[in-house]
Amino acid sequence: MARENEDAGMAEDVSKAKSQRKSKAKETKTRTVHANTLHDFAKGEENPSRRYANNRIKTTKYTVLSFLPKNLFEQFHRLANVYFVFIALLNFVPVVNTFLPELALAPVLFILSVTAIKDIWEDYRRHRSDMEINHMDCLVYSRAEKGYVEKYWKEVRVGDFIRLRCNEILPADVLLLSSSDPDRLCHIETATLDGETNLKQRQVVRSFFDLDCDFDPLKYNSVIECEKPNNDLNRFRGYIIHQSGKKDALYKENLLLRGCTIRNTEEAVGIVIYAGHETKAMLNNNGPRYKRSKLERQMNVDVFWCVIILLVMCLFAALGHGLWMFQYGDKRPVFDVLSPEGTNLSPIMSAIYLFLTMIIVFQVLIPISLFVSIEIVKICQVYFIHQDADLYDEETDSHLQCRALNITEDLGQMQYIFSDKTGTLTENKMVFRRCTVAGVEYSHDANAKRIAMYQEMDSEEEECISHGGTLPRRDSVGSHQSARVLRSHSTKSHRRTGSRAEAKRASILSKHTAFSSPMEKDITPDPQLLDKVNDCSSQLDFMRLHSQPMSQLPSDLSDVFDFFIALTICNTVVVSSPNQPRQKVRMRFELKSPVKTIEDFIKRFTPSRLTSGSNNSSSSSLNRSSNKGGSSMQSCPSAESTLTKLNEEQSSSVMEHAFSPAPPSYDGKAFCTPDEGELRYEAESPDEAALVYAARAYKCSLVGRLPDQVTVELPHLGKLNFELLHTLGFDSTRKRMSVVVRHPLTDQITVYTKGADSVIMELIRPPITGNSKGRRQKKILCRTQNYLNLYAADGLRTLCIAKKVLSKDEYARWLQHHLQAETAIQRREELLFESALRLETNLQLLGATGIEDRLQDGVPETIASLRKAGLQIWVLTGDKQETAVNIAYACKLLDPEEELLTLNADSQEACKLLLEESLHYIQAKFLCSSGDASAKDFHANVSSFEIYPSSPLSSHAASDSVHRLGLVIDGRTLAYALDASLEDTFLTVARSCRSVLCCRSTPLQKSMVVKLVRNKLKVMTLAIGDGANDVSMIQVADVGVGISGQEGMQAVMASDFALPRFRYLQKLLLVHGHWCYSRLANMILYFFYKNAMFVALIFWYQFYCGFSGSAMIDQWYLIFFNLMFSSFPQLISGTLDKDVSAETLQQLPQLYTSGQNSEEYKPYMFWMNMIDAFYQSLVCFFIPYFAYTDSDVDLFTWGTPITTIALLTILLHLGIETKTWTWMNCLSIAFSVALFFTVALCYNASCPTCYPPSNPYWTIQRLLQDPVFYLLCTIAPVAALLPRYFYRACHSTLFPNPVQVGRQLDKLPADTRRNILSLSRVKMGSWLSPRQPSLPVGKPQNCTQKDQRGTEAPAKRAGAESVQQGPAHPPDPHSSSLKELGAKNDPLLSEELQPASTKDPSDPSWVPSTQMDRVQLNLPPSRAPPCVTYVRSSETALSCEQTPPCSRGTTAEAELYTAV
Amino acid sequence: MMASSYNAKEEDGHHSGSSSHGGPGAIKSKKPDNTAFKQQRLPAWQPILTAGTVLPAFFVIGLIFIPIGIGLFVTSNNIKEFEIDYTGVEIDSPCYICAKNFSWNSTTSCVCSVNFTLDQPFESNVYMYYGLSNFYQNHRRYVKSRDDSQLNGVESNLKQPSKECEPYRTSDGLPIAPCGAIANSLFNDTLELFHINQNGTKQRVNVTKKGIAWWTDKHVKFRNPGGSSNLSVAFQGTAKPVNWRKAVYDLDPEDPENNGFINEDFIVWMRTAALPTFRKLYRIIQKKPNSTPTLSSGRYVMEITYNYPVLSFDGRKRMILSTISWMGGKNPFLGIAYITVGSICFFLGVVLLVIHHKYDTRTNSAEIPN
Repeated sequence: MARENEDAGMAEDVSKAKSQRKSKAKETKTRTVHANTLHDFAKGEENPSRRYANNRIKTTKYTVLSFLPKNLFEQFHRLANVYFVFIALLNFVPVVNTFLPELALAPVLFILSVTAIKDIWEDYRRHRSDMEINHMDCLVYSRAEKGYVEKYWKEVRVGDFIRLRCNEILPADVLLLSSSDPDRLCHIETATLDGETNLKQRQVVRSFFDLDCDFDPLKYNSVIECEKPNNDLNRFRGYIIHQSGKKDALYKENLLLRGCTIRNTEEAVGIVIYAGHETKAMLNNNGPRYKRSKLERQMNVDVFWCVIILLVMCLFAALGHGLWMFQYGDKRPVFDVLSPEGTNLSPIMSAIYLFLTMIIVFQVLIPISLFVSIEIVKICQVYFIHQDADLYDEETDSHLQCRALNITEDLGQMQYIFSDKTGTLTENKMVFRRCTVAGVEYSHDANAKRIAMYQEMDSEEEECISHGGTLPRRDSVGSHQSARVLRSHSTKSHRRTGSRAEAKRASILSKHTAFSSPMEKDITPDPQLLDKVNDCSSQLDFMRLHSQPMSQLPSDLSDVFDFFIALTICNTVVVSSPNQPRQKVRMRFELKSPVKTIEDFIKRFTPSRLTSGSNNSSSSSLNRSSNKGGSSMQSCPSAESTLTKLNEEQSSSVMEHAFSPAPPSYDGKAFCTPDEGELRYEAESPDEAALVYAARAYKCSLVGRLPDQVTVELPHLGKLNFELLHTLGFDSTRKRMSVVVRHPLTDQITVYTKGADSVIMELIRPPITGNSKGRRQKKILCRTQNYLNLYAADGLRTLCIAKKVLSKDEYARWLQHHLQAETAIQRREELLFESALRLETNLQLLGATGIEDRLQDGVPETIASLRKAGLQIWVLTGDKQETAVNIAYACKLLDPEEELLTLNADSQEACKLLLEESLHYIQAKFLCSSGDASAKDFHANVSSFEIYPSSPLSSHAASDSVHRLGLVIDGRTLAYALDASLEDTFLTVARSCRSVLCCRSTPLQKSMVVKLVRNKLKVMTLAIGDGANDVSMIQVADVGVGISGQEGMQAVMASDFALPRFRYLQKLLLVHGHWCYSRLANMILYFFYKNAMFVALIFWYQFYCGFSGSAMIDQWYLIFFNLMFSSFPQLISGTLDKDVSAETLQQLPQLYTSGQNSEEYKPYMFWMNMIDAFYQSLVCFFIPYFAYTDSDVDLFTWGTPITTIALLTILLHLGIETKTWTWMNCLSIAFSVALFFTVALCYNASCPTCYPPSNPYWTIQRLLQDPVFYLLCTIAPVAALLPRYFYRACHSTLFPNPVQVGRQLDKLPADTRRNILSLSRVKMGSWLSPRQPSLPVGKPQNCTQKDQRGTEAPAKRAGAESVQQGPAHPPDPHSSSLKELGAKNDPLLSEELQPASTKDPSDPSWVPSTQMDRVQLNLPPSRAPPCVTYVRSSETALSCEQTPPCSRGTTAEAELYTAV
Repeated sequence: MMASSYNAKEEDGHHSGSSSHGGPGAIKSKKPDNTAFKQQRLPAWQPILTAGTVLPAFFVIGLIFIPIGIGLFVTSNNIKEFEIDYTGVEIDSPCYICAKNFSWNSTTSCVCSVNFTLDQPFESNVYMYYGLSNFYQNHRRYVKSRDDSQLNGVESNLKQPSKECEPYRTSDGLPIAPCGAIANSLFNDTLELFHINQNGTKQRVNVTKKGIAWWTDKHVKFRNPGGSSNLSVAFQGTAKPVNWRKAVYDLDPEDPENNGFINEDFIVWMRTAALPTFRKLYRIIQKKPNSTPTLSSGRYVMEITYNYPVLSFDGRKRMILSTISWMGGKNPFLGIAYITVGSICFFLGVVLLVIHHKYDTRTNSAEIPN
C-alpha cells in the first residue's frame, strides 16, 4: 500500500524534502552555481551553494530516533495490522474481553517487530552501501592547496572543481570545463546509467573551447544558471554568464552525469552542478518495485470471504446468546453472572457485547501470520532463485536478479510473453557467416565450424539435455567438414581448447568495444576466397608497379576486390586502438570534409590529383575548428584549410603519399602503428562491425577513418587511402547506405552501396542481353538471388553489396542536385532522400553477405518449450520486417509450415479492411475445419471466438482457437490497429494466431500492445527486453524482465527480474515460476484451512457453553497456535516443497498450464478447504466431546486434548499436502509437536495462580498419564484426515492431472523417464491430460483428409500403446534405440519420432523459401495499396483452400501430415 | 602489459560503478554455491498418493483400530455404573417437595431420601459422583469469576479480591472469601448412602471424602491464608459468599486438613466443568480388604440434604456410583469410535483395492518398470 510508495520514492522523498525546503528559501526556477573557489573562505551563510544538497547520499529511511514512529506509521498502512491492533485493544474493554489483555497484544507486537527487524536490516544494508559510496575518493580543487586534493565523495559540494582521470567514476553531475582531448571532447560510458556500452561524447563548454593552456580554477569567475534538478537524463539547459557579461548556452552535451565512467580521455575538469540526491542518476534511481501479484489479489478476495465468515459466525453466536439468555427469562441462573458493574444485562445488550467478544475469540480466522508468512516465504523463494546455479551466467558473471520481491508466484501464471528481439532473442552479436561474390558462394565451412566450436563450449554443460532439439544448422556444420581446411595463423591463436574462463577473460577484454567478442571478430576465411583475394591484390600490386590500368583485372577478381573494399569502407565504423585508453587513431594527414561546394569539387578533381596526405600534426587548431558545433561532418572547411590542403597536395608526390604509412604521433609520444589485430572497431550497428571484421579476416582491414577519408590496408598493396566524398547514411525507407569515394587505384568515383536484398536487387542495372558480360551479369544476378533465398531461409541477415562507377560528368551533375538539396531550407530531408535515390541506380551487383545475428543459446528451444507451456509469445521489435521474420523463423517462433499473415496498411481504412479480411479468412478456416467436426465442437469454436473470454476459465477454450498462423504486422499498421475502433478486431485476429510479430514498433507501441492485451484479455503478461526502448513495455507488463546483457542497465532498472540470458527464462518460468506459484498457492490455501479449522473448534463449543464466548482452548494456545506451533512446517513446505522435479518441469512444459489456469488455487478450492476445515473441526471436536461427555472432566483438561488433536491434524494435513519430504520437513513437523508439548509442559507447571482465567496448572502433566488422551490423539486425526487422504488417492488414480503424472514420472529411474519424455515430445500431451482440448489426438483435424486420418488414427494408437509399454521394455540405454522400438510397432511412428531437423540447410535440394507461394489480396483504396500476404509452405498450400490445418498440434504431427 | 593494467583498473571501476547506485543487487560472490540445499536438491522422499500406495495404510489402520476398539468396548462394558436422578421433578419423586419449595434464600434445609436397588455388586473402589445437567459451569463470565491468588492464600487478595470476582466480590463492605460466582454457587447438597440390610436396618456406607481432588490442586493451587492454624482467625474480616450457609472455615470443622480453601469438595467444584452436563467426584467408597464386594447388591437408601436449587434453570441432579477402569469411567464411545473408524478404513481399503485393480494398472506399471 502506501509503504510501496514509501519504498519506491525513498530517494525522491529525501530530495523532495530538501528541494521543498530550498524552494521555500528561494522561489526561483533555476539554480545558480558559483565556483566554490571564490567562496572558500566564506563559510556558511555567504556561500551561495550552501543551499544545495551536498554529495553525501543517504538512501536510508530511518535514523535511530525516527525508526520507531516512522516504521510503525508505515506498518499501520497495512489494513490487516490496524485490524489486529484494533482487536488487541478491544481486549482491554472489560465487558468484552476474553484473554489477558497483555497477552492479546503479543501476536500483534510479534508481527510488527518481525517486520520492523526486517526493515532495520534492509536499512542497515542501505546504510552500509551508502557509506561505501560516500567514502570513495575524487580530486577536488582546493584553494588553500592551490591544487587538486583527494577528497571523499561526500565532501564534494556544488561549485567544486573536480579533476577526473580516465576510467574514474563521476561523483556528481559535472559541467565539463576542460578536457585533455585535443577536440575538447570527453568520452563517457553510461553503462551504469542507461546501460549503453558505446561511448558518448561530451563537449567542453563552448566558452572554454579555445583555452589553450590548462584550465585554472582560480581564474574562473563565471556564474552558471541552470534548471532545477530533475530526472531527465537527456535534458540539461542553462547558460553560463562570464564576467564580461557574455552568456553562453549549456546543453546536455556539456554535462557529465554521476555514475558514468570517464573513458578515452586522459583528464577532464569540471564544476559540480548537482550533487548527491539531486544528481540525475539518483533521481532516476527508484527502489525495488512493489506489485501485487495475481495470487495475492485472489487471496485478498478470500480474506474478504473470511471476514464475512467471521462476521456470520459472530452474529450467529450473538443471536444464540441472546436466545439463550432469553429462555431463562427473569429467573437468573447461578452460572449466569452479572456484569462486573453488577447490572443485569438484557439479552440484547448481552448479545451485542458478545458479538464483540466473539470477534476477539474468532480473530484467528483472519490469519494474522498469513501476511508475514507470505513475506518470509517470498524472501526465501527469491533467495533460492538467486542461488540457482542454472541461472548464473559465467560469461558475464551475473546472476538472475529479483528486483521485485513479491511477485515470484506471478512467474508461474504467465500467459503472454512479449519479447524484444535484438539483444533479447539474439545476442546482438553479428557474426559473419557466408558470402557470395560474383555469383560464387563461399560457404565458410571452417568459420561455421569455429562458431560451432564456440557453441559446443557453451553447451558443454548442458549435455544432459537431449540434442534432439538443437538447431539443424549446427548439425549440418559437422557434416560439412572439408578435409582441406586451411587455417590461417590469425585464427590459430583463437583455436583455444576453449576454457570458459578464457572466454570470459576475452569478453572482459573486449567489453569496451561495443559489439565484439572473439566469435564475432575472428572469422576464419574461406580458403578459396582467401586465395582469390591474395591473387587479386598481388595482381593489383603488380599492375601498380607496372603502371598498368587497373581495369585489366579479370572481372571476377575485380569483383572480389571491390566486394571487400565495399565491406571495409561502406559503413560508419570508427577505429580505435585498445592499447591506449581508446585513443583516437590519428591518421589524419589533412583535413578534408566531404565535398561541399562546386568550387571545392573542381579544385579537388583537377586531373591526376589523387588524394594525398602529409603529416599534418600541426593541424590541431584546424581540427578543433572543424569540430566546433559538435560534428565535423557538418562543418564547412575554412578557406584557410583549403589553401593548406592545396599547398600540401602540390608538394606531395602522387603515388608515395597514397600509400604513406607513418601516421603522426600523438602528444609527442612515439606512436607505433597499432597492430592490426588490435584495432577495435566501434560501429553503430553490430552488423557493420561484423562485415569489417570479416573483411579484416581477408587481410583487407580498415585501419583508419576520418570524416574525409578512409584508410584500408591490403596485402601486398599496403595502405590505401580512399577519399570519402559523401556518405549517404542508412535510413529505414531506403534500407541501404552508400558511400561515394574516389578509388585510389583507378581514380574513379565509385559508389559503394550496401543494403537489404529486396531493395538492392531492384536497383541493379539490368544486364545487357547479348554480350558475354551481360550473360555473366545475368548469371550472377540469378545465382545471387538463389543464395540470398538460401541465406534467408537459414535465418541469416542478408545484405547485398553493389557498386557503381560514376563518370566525372555524372558525378558533377548529381553533385549539383545534391548540393542544392543540402543547402535547401525547406523539404531538405525529402530532397536529400531524392538525391540519394538518384545516385543509387543502375548498380552493379558485387555479392551478398549472410550475417547471423546469432540467436542466443537455446532460444529456439526456450521458445518451443515456452510455447508448449501454453504461453503465447509475441515479438515486438523495432527491427525491419524482413530481419524480424528471418529471426522469427530461426528461433522457431514462426514455423515454415505455418501460414503467415502479413499486415501492411497505409491508412486507417486500409488497416480496418485488412483486419476484417484476415478475420474472414480465419473464420473461413474455422467453418471448414468444424464442418465435419461435431456440432458441439463447432459451437465451442464459434463461442470461443468471442473477443474476450467471459471468464478466466474459458481462456483455455480460447487457446483452443489458436491456429497454425503467424501474424506479422509493421509499426505503421500497428498504430492504426491500436486505434480504439480497431483494437478489438486486431486482438481477435492476433489471438487466433499462434505467434505475432510486430516489426518497426516504437517503444510506446510496445507498451500499448502490452497494455491492450493485458487489459482487454485479462491475462497475465510478461515483457522481456534488454534496451532502453523496452523500458515502457517492461513497466506496463505484469512481470517485467530485463536482460542484463549487452545493452545494460536501463531495462534492468525498470524490470522486476533481470536475467543474464533469454534462455534462463525457461527455467525461471517453468521451474521457479511453477514452484513459487504452487508453493504459495498451497500455503495460502493451507493457511485458510488451518485457521478455519482451529476457529471452528471454538465455534462448535459455543453450542455447549450458552454461546457465551467461552473457549476450551487455553488462551495461550489460542494466541500462539498460529505463530509458534503450526507456523514452521508450513513455512518450510512453502519454501521447499516441489511438486514436480525441475527436470520434469523443464522437459514437460505442459505442466506449466496448471499455473496459468490457476489450478492450484481456484475459488472453489477455498470453499472446499473451508468445508474440509469444518468437517475436520467437527471430528476433532466431537470425538473428545463424546469421549468425555458426562464425565468429571474440567474445561481445560478437556480443551487441551482438543488443542493437541487439532495440532496433530493440522500438521498431518500438511503432511498429506506436502509433495516432497526432506529432512527439513520432518524436522519442522517434529519440532512443532515437540514445541507444543514443551511449551505446554512448562506453561502448565510454571505458575499455579497465574494466567487467569484459564489457570491450567498441571493439566497436561495429568493428561500425559491418561491413556484416553493418547487414544483420542490417535483416532481423531485419523478420522479427520480420512476423507482428504482417500480423495487424494482416488483423484490421482482416477483423474490424474498433468502435475500428478509429472510427479509419477519423477519416481521413475532416470533413463526410463528420459525415454518416456523423449516419446512425450510426440505423445505425452494426450497422455498427460485427456481432457485438454488442444491436444492433437482424438480431435478432427481437417475435412478432406478424413480418410487419411482414418489410417493414421490406428497408427497413433499404436504409438500411444508403445508409449505405455515403453517402461515394460528393458530400459534402453540409448534413447536412439527408442526409435527402433517405435519402428517395431509401426513404421509411421518412427517417422513421427524423427526430429524435425532433417532439413539440412546446406543441402541445396532443400530450398523451401523458393517454393513458398504468396497470395496477395489487394485492396483497392489508398495510394499505396496495402496487402495481405498469405505465405505458406508449398505442401500445405496445395490443400489449403479446403483443408487448412487448424488445430494446434505438435510439429512432428504436422510433419506427418505433410509426409502423408 | 598496458592492456592488462587497463583492464584491472577497468574492472575495479566497473564494480564500484555498479555499487554506486546503491542497488540492491550488489552481490559479492557471484557464482552460487553448488550445495544441495541452495540448489533445492535435498534428498527427498516423494510419496505419491495413489490408490496403490495408500492401500496398505488403510488396511493397516483398519486392522489396528478394530481390535483396539473391541478392547475398549469390552473394558467400558465391564465398568459398573449406577445412576439415580434425585432432582424431584416428578410428583412421585421423594424430593419433589424439597425441589418445589427450595430456593437459595431458604434457611432451613430440606431432607429427602431416595431408595434404590443395586442388582449387581460393585467389586473394586466405587466412586460416588454427583451430576448436574444444564448447568453451564463453562459460561465465560462464570469461568472467569474467581480469584486464584485468593484461593492460593495470598493475604492481599484475601482482603482485596480480584475485580474478576464482581459482582461477588464484596458483601456489606467485607471482601468475600472465596469470592466469585463459582464459589458462590458451590454445590451444597449432602448425600449419604445407607445399605439396607436383610433385616431392614440401615447401615451407613463408609465413604472417604479425601483424595477426590487433584493432588496438585490440594497441595499447590489451593492454600489457606495466614500461618495461624485457626482458620476463623485467618478468615477474619471476610464475608462468606452470599449463597453459602456457613463460612468457608466451617466447611469441614472436623478435619482441619479439609477445611477452608483446601476443602476437597470445594476444590472439586472450583474446577469448572467443560460441558453443561457434568459429574463431579463426591466420595470414594474404598474397597474392603476382604473379598466382600465394596457395594453388595441389594437395597440402598440415599439421604439427601436438599440445599441446591436447579429447577430454576431446568437443571437435573443425579447421584452416580461407578467403578473405574484404566480408561476412566464407563463410556463405550471410544470403543465404538475405534471400531467404526477401523471398519471404514477397511472398507475404503477394499474400495481402493478395486480402483487400483481396475484403473491403476498404468501408473503401477509406470512405477515398477520391468
